[in-house]
Amino acid sequence: MIETRGVSKRYGDVLVVDDVSLSIPRGGFTSIIGPNGAGKSTLLSMISRLTPMSAGSVQVDGMDVTRTPGNVLARRLSILRQDNQTSLRLTVRDLVAFGRFPHSGGRLTAEDLRHVDEAMDYLRLGDYRDRPIDELSGGQRQRAYVAMVMCQDTEYVLLDEPLNNIDMRFAVDMMQLLRRAADEKGKTVVVVLHDINFASCYSDHIIAMRQGRPAYQGSPQEIIRDEVLRDLYEMDIQVHEVNGQRVCTYYR
Amino acid sequence: MSHSLSSSPGAPDRGVLWLFLLLALVVVLGLCSLNVGASRMNLLNVLTADPDDRISKILFVSRLPRTIALILAGAALAVAGAILQMMARNRLVDTSTTGPMAAAALGMLVLAIVLPQGLPLWGRFLVVSAFAAGGILLFLGVLQRMPLRSALIVPLVGLVMAGVVHAASGLIAHHFDLSQSLRAWNSGDFSAILRGRYELLWVAAGLTVAAMVLADRFTVIGMGRDFATNIGVNYGLLMAAGVALVAMIVGSVVVTAGVIPFIGLVAPNLVRLIAGDNLRRAVPLMALLGAALLLAADLLGRLLIHPYEVPSSNLLSIIGCVIFLAVLLQGRAKWS
Repeated sequence: MIETRGVSKRYGDVLVVDDVSLSIPRGGFTSIIGPNGAGKSTLLSMISRLTPMSAGSVQVDGMDVTRTPGNVLARRLSILRQDNQTSLRLTVRDLVAFGRFPHSGGRLTAEDLRHVDEAMDYLRLGDYRDRPIDELSGGQRQRAYVAMVMCQDTEYVLLDEPLNNIDMRFAVDMMQLLRRAADEKGKTVVVVLHDINFASCYSDHIIAMRQGRPAYQGSPQEIIRDEVLRDLYEMDIQVHEVNGQRVCTYYR
Repeated sequence: MSHSLSSSPGAPDRGVLWLFLLLALVVVLGLCSLNVGASRMNLLNVLTADPDDRISKILFVSRLPRTIALILAGAALAVAGAILQMMARNRLVDTSTTGPMAAAALGMLVLAIVLPQGLPLWGRFLVVSAFAAGGILLFLGVLQRMPLRSALIVPLVGLVMAGVVHAASGLIAHHFDLSQSLRAWNSGDFSAILRGRYELLWVAAGLTVAAMVLADRFTVIGMGRDFATNIGVNYGLLMAAGVALVAMIVGSVVVTAGVIPFIGLVAPNLVRLIAGDNLRRAVPLMALLGAALLLAADLLGRLLIHPYEVPSSNLLSIIGCVIFLAVLLQGRAKWS
């Protein structure tokens, strides 16, 4: 279980995340949605100890993220942020293999190699394994980073906008893969999403944030509703039920 | 069963091939270095000669120490450049182009002014390394505060930092009438290396080995703070280790031979073209290429106006510039 208590982040006079106390249960697929500037990414990066908190505390399975040794936490929780720019010439395989670092410290065992191959197959990167990541398309590179995080094989997998830069087919692939990781491997997947339809169709639990606070929380049935979304995004959004999926239209 | 992180089909074979090629190059250049000098000497004669005669004295007191010094310094400087590039997250920087070397020379100058009676070798090494560390921290600190970090701005900032330190040293040296000494430290060479005057470089050799052990971690550092933190690498601790490592390599080289430019820029960038950026795979190649470059520059310096010498740093500035421009132009599509 991930628990935040009174977590805030302040940049100068701007309160980006405002006294957030919430808990994300173990297992399942949780999406964090909300308008730009709602503090979704900042909250995710504070939960994963990448950004220091201005106030409050975060516990992952009872471990305080700011006090737990980095490599212990790295075997329990992985995080992928949005911008993964690098000028380093590493092969896809080298990158994915870094996911095993918390487990083996760079000396790969047969078990590690199995994880590396499995993660690359999972994300259909087999053909690119020896290609340098700086020569890949944006979508291929994004998949390589997700493969690395999968390879890290942690109980909690946190991703900030994993659908950035990838086309519809790979976006669906990616969501199905994350859903499977939750269903088949019992992972706890927490994803910041901009596309509310993906959140609607794949989540068990949705946290809707606005102005640095969780405004609504609940199942997709409870959150993906006209009145909730209109209030959250301050625009006209219609929810339709199509083939058992709740889909939003808001394009005109 | 254990495999190296870098083992990927195809790549290691080529890496191993290059390793042997560069090793052979270092051996050949090393043998030439033993043979060339003001006094005539042939290695074969040494083997048959009596250990006390003049020829074997030249070999063991002068030529062998000089050759070993060149190999150790060249390898260490290449590795220091690679680590600095990872820490700055930019491949176009080196200890000689961003301030650390200039700061080390300033350290030599300050020592000469404050303690004209001299310090023991270890004391000089520590003080000069501390100055080098200051140079690295200044550069990285300025980078951290820069909002815009385009690939070409970073080396320019480095050049400015190096220029500022260099100019300050020049002013101070002029005031204390030490311009001549400063110029000597700034154009490093190995002509004064004798047995008993190069052993500090074994420290640099130890640091080179340490860098090989930590190679994976320095690659991770090059991927940035968030990447490192996610996989449990202590970013702050590793940055501190990197600063210490690079500073002590620079310190030992500058105390022993003076400022040696460009090796840390050229060797890593050439190796990158053949082996990529995974330091576990690249660092041994960088070290060998650094050694070969310095050996070649020193040899050329000894041959050009034989029996006199051109400082290897002068030649390296020229060779380094040419190679570096070639690398830069070859990769220009990537940086644009």
